[in-house]
Amino acid sequence: MYRIVSSKPLAENIKKIEIEAPRIAKKQQAGQFVMLRVNPTGERIPLTIAGSDAEAGTISLIVQGMGKSTKELNSLAEGSSIPDIVGPLGTPSHIENFGTAVSIGGGVGTAIAYPTAVALKKAGNHVITINGARTKELVILEKEMKSVSDEAYITTDDGSYGYHGFVTQKLQELIDSGKKIDFVLAIGPIPMMKAIAEVTRPYGIHTVVSLNPIMVDGTGMCGGCRVTVNNETKFACVDGPEFDAHQVDFSNLADRNRIYQSEEKTSSEAGDHQCRLHGSH
Amino acid sequence: MDAKNITNKERMAIPRQPMPAQDPTERSRNFQEVNLGYTPELAMKEALRCIQCKDPVCIKGCPVNIKIDQFILKVAEGDFLGAAKKIKEDNVLPAVCGRVCPQEDQCEKECIIGRKHEPVAIGNLERFVADWEREHGTMELPPIKAATGKKAAVIGSGPAGLSCANDLVRHGHEVVVFEALHELGGVLMYGVPEFRLPKDIVSKEIEGMKNMGVEFRTDVVVGRSVTIDELMQEEGFDAVFIGVGAGLPWFMGIPGESLVGVLAANEFLTRVNLMKAYDFPAKSDTPVFDCKGKNVAVFGGGNTAMDAVRTAKRLGADHAYIVYRRSEAEMPARVEEIHHAKEEGIEFLLLMNPLEFLGNDRHWLTGVKCIKMELGEPDDSGRRRPVPIEGSEFVLPIDMAIISIGNGSNPLIKQTTPEIETSKRDTIIVDINTMATSKDGVYAGGDIVTGGATVILAMGAGRTAAKAIHEKLMGTTAGYDEW
Repeated sequence: MYRIVSSKPLAENIKKIEIEAPRIAKKQQAGQFVMLRVNPTGERIPLTIAGSDAEAGTISLIVQGMGKSTKELNSLAEGSSIPDIVGPLGTPSHIENFGTAVSIGGGVGTAIAYPTAVALKKAGNHVITINGARTKELVILEKEMKSVSDEAYITTDDGSYGYHGFVTQKLQELIDSGKKIDFVLAIGPIPMMKAIAEVTRPYGIHTVVSLNPIMVDGTGMCGGCRVTVNNETKFACVDGPEFDAHQVDFSNLADRNRIYQSEEKTSSEAGDHQCRLHGSH
Repeated sequence: MDAKNITNKERMAIPRQPMPAQDPTERSRNFQEVNLGYTPELAMKEALRCIQCKDPVCIKGCPVNIKIDQFILKVAEGDFLGAAKKIKEDNVLPAVCGRVCPQEDQCEKECIIGRKHEPVAIGNLERFVADWEREHGTMELPPIKAATGKKAAVIGSGPAGLSCANDLVRHGHEVVVFEALHELGGVLMYGVPEFRLPKDIVSKEIEGMKNMGVEFRTDVVVGRSVTIDELMQEEGFDAVFIGVGAGLPWFMGIPGESLVGVLAANEFLTRVNLMKAYDFPAKSDTPVFDCKGKNVAVFGGGNTAMDAVRTAKRLGADHAYIVYRRSEAEMPARVEEIHHAKEEGIEFLLLMNPLEFLGNDRHWLTGVKCIKMELGEPDDSGRRRPVPIEGSEFVLPIDMAIISIGNGSNPLIKQTTPEIETSKRDTIIVDINTMATSKDGVYAGGDIVTGGATVILAMGAGRTAAKAIHEKLMGTTAGYDEW
């Protein structure tokens, strides 16, 4: 059993959860993920690690309550436990001193863009962060992102905070302003990552995205997480989850992620019903 | 007739006792075990068929060399617990092996009776004995030697790791087994379906090992959570056995393979077996492709393919097909699995090769274009090579395609312990007499060495490695009991 040391709301429906997992905390590097189960009948879900404290033996996850499992995870009280967490999985981000590096997080993707921004800064890059959200209330990790950035930008779709527009527009403006950009990391919803790839492609800017295909074991066995990269089959759990954005077949990823859509809805609705039944606990 | 006063002629006059099984139509709609097991009467009758050869060649056919003649004699005498004890001297998982071993290619293939009649049903008897012991609550712990003060790590809790851990712990070594998944048992849990190997049985056998002192740690991916070097240098392990099993599935590399609805057998089976997706959404949060009323095709002819197609049928598939490019004679699956599959209404499309998967405008699978094949000259594997028949292409309408053509190797150990030598196929290279790898103190066995093979071969490798590890740790094999 793995104890939840703390669970704090960051924004509506988004929580930062710290979990006791000493082996993982000791090993975690930017870009890696864990597989966890919330209860004994739970599914194995992949979540990218937002940070770790090797000394305290804890890792932190930033979780958006989307489906049954993530909602349940967010509802667990501090001090309670989850049965399983395994990691750190996946190949760590390739970090070097690229020169000027832009780390872009869309929505809860910022949770993953953040540790990589930290690593990029440490490696000596001039770090620019673009932290995008739909609206002001959904902006997360603003302070943290700022603290590792040489230039930090917030964008909101509705203009309620920061730059009015999408992260792609902000990135395009930076490129248009003549800034020499050597590396872009983009993490967020598939359409956002796909759009970023198209922004940087004409300029040949090395761009990396972190993919979120369906996974079951997450350790290199089941093959559920296969993605098409440069017309080849790759497995996000061991070959990724980060890939060259200009070679990823995003449409295929989006299609394949829809396979269990109706089942997920059933499960989530059943879960909501259960939560209401146990609402008094 | 009793076990002692019976002539060989009388023994051979007894027909092989068939394994009672669930009705095919009924079982094709449930996940309960297909075979029901021998009754004591059936088992004793079958055991009488064994002529107790002076030089029992069946034992040579067994990768872990179970003393087959001796345990069968005890069954014939009605001493079922004695028989169980005898088997357990050599095999830690008899209830599993009695169910999943390809006996027709091993012990039963060698059986002398089989030359003129049907061979003695050694597998069925093994299963009966193990089940009897478990169900009668007398699972005795085998003798354990005095503690040696040496410590071994076993990576992977599948058949190879379990058999290695078993032999090591019995010789007094401290053994810790690391498992990546949340459940113990490896392929026995995620791969082999409930209807062929009930998970409770696997758990019970593992429980027995815990009682012998083996320590199990789940949720540890060696190579990621901890490296082999750290285990040996920081955590005090004197030796390491790698039994991590097969890795990522192969795909066919034909057009349309990335359509929604095309998936690997490993994923399909893991969802159903390990994650219990057949209980979704009531008792499991893991979904599986809804097979109800659908057409499902499984590509391949091995045991995994049979497991997948029979699972699809049980999940309600209207048509569940095996598509295989050779003929039935070349199928690597156990004869019993093919037989059971046919009884359950699985449709075998033999000598057919898929060319392309076809999809709709939402990129969901709708069919597969195949070509008919005929058998030509033997190829490198000695099997007759299938050759396409020109102009015989046709489209089979399907909603789900399950690819079951084998696995590669998991790359994690190779990536994180580069000094362990691997082959071109990424399998670990070992000395087959000791299972020692190129790294001192590190041994390997099972599918990570051989590529996809059987439970019992993996167990044999685990045993070989255990003996070599013992010798390494103690400097001698004197006093090493193979029981």
